[in-house]
Amino acid sequence: MAENGEKIVCRCMDVTVDDIMKAIEDGYTDIESIKRVTGLGRGPCQGKTCIPIAIGIIARATKKHPDEVGYITPRPPVKPVFFELLADEEGESE
Amino acid sequence: MKDRAELVIIGGGVSGLGTAYQLAKRGFTDIVVIERDYFGSGATGRCGGGIRQQFSEEYNIILARESVRMFEKMSDELGQDIGFRQGGYLILAHTEKEAEDLRRNVRLQNSLDVPSMYMEPEEALEIVPELNIEGLSAAAYCPTDGVAQPFLVIKGYVDNLRKMGVELMDHTEVLDIKVENGEIRKVITDKGDIETRMVLNAAGAWSRNIAKMVGVELPNKPYRHEIMATEHMKPWLKPMVISFHNGVYFSQSHDGEIVGGIGDPNEPSSYNIKSSLEFLERFTSVVVRYIPIMRKVKVMRQWAGLYDVTPDARPILGPVDELPGFIQAHGYSGHGFMIHPMVTKLLAEYIIDGKTSIDIEPLNLRRYTSGETIQEKNVVG
Repeated sequence: MAENGEKIVCRCMDVTVDDIMKAIEDGYTDIESIKRVTGLGRGPCQGKTCIPIAIGIIARATKKHPDEVGYITPRPPVKPVFFELLADEEGESE
Repeated sequence: MKDRAELVIIGGGVSGLGTAYQLAKRGFTDIVVIERDYFGSGATGRCGGGIRQQFSEEYNIILARESVRMFEKMSDELGQDIGFRQGGYLILAHTEKEAEDLRRNVRLQNSLDVPSMYMEPEEALEIVPELNIEGLSAAAYCPTDGVAQPFLVIKGYVDNLRKMGVELMDHTEVLDIKVENGEIRKVITDKGDIETRMVLNAAGAWSRNIAKMVGVELPNKPYRHEIMATEHMKPWLKPMVISFHNGVYFSQSHDGEIVGGIGDPNEPSSYNIKSSLEFLERFTSVVVRYIPIMRKVKVMRQWAGLYDVTPDARPILGPVDELPGFIQAHGYSGHGFMIHPMVTKLLAEYIIDGKTSIDIEPLNLRRYTSGETIQEKNVVG
């Protein structure tokens, strides 16, 4: 069984269970703050895998209902998009 | 929670938390900081993290210069890496008029010990080899400008303030402020009342609503500004690149994302912070024109925040004449994060000593009624 310092919660940003527990010890108990303190959910998948797992960890550690931990504001785009698909290179760009 | 405090600070961004930190550092800790959402949830946590000294107006240049000196020491002082990286700011001009403005601003900045330099477009290629200089008339570069991670600054302040014994209340809303006989008496929140004689209004774009509670009208207006971050890349873009021609700015953060935005002159004043596809289209169009290799980079996420804009694009600092215990720390007009270290130090001096090492009188609210205003022109985003 891996130690908590080796258990990866966020695979994009290498955030471990220990990182989350440390943030909780420092007094951060809502998901928006923990996302920013640890870097959790800020990689290419934008938290699709790790945020629900992290909410479970935070809820257990703080004895809160998962609803009280909150949820992050999902940001567009749903998947990363190339600049060239969005840019208008023909028209006036000034 | 405390039911009385010497000072209540409304707003948990860098303005409020920074002032609390500067006060606590000098032993003034009888403070409650109130934040409606999580710390840094307003403009601080949504901003691009740019730190620039290249302003057009003397006062902003001095505040930014002193703030850069404080940012240079901040990671050590707070015991928290704030992701500060001095890659400079490269300003791109398109027209002869813009080139002349850069020349004049560089002269003023140099006279105030800011090491900015005017350059021909070809010289800018030495700083950003990937730049397409077609259509550019000039550039200006200041190597000591840079970027930092706003949320790491917030974390540094929060962690230190908790250790210093300052009461921090997040997820708490101020409902009203009671005034009697021309003095503040009480701040009423949804978690209880706090007796106090002094309030620091550091609520960013919502400061005007706080001021209304005590009958003070502020000229500030909120404007949405959109911003995005790309996927993480190896470090390759040294400076923050900006242009006053189209209001674009973008830089690479210390963890490898490119973070940037672009202003929209048609954006109406509102509290809307929704993201739009139009923003991504406009931003990417300008960026690939400047840096063609950006075509193959992916947008990872986009969001928006509010600029708290004053009529002269300069902050409102210090007491208001009709209610001296009501101190203002807002109206940063899109450059609050970058000047907050010096601004908060001056506010702490005002609160403890009653005077400041740099005169903040020119930034008092009364300038809008006395007519003594100087416009800051260098605003992007």
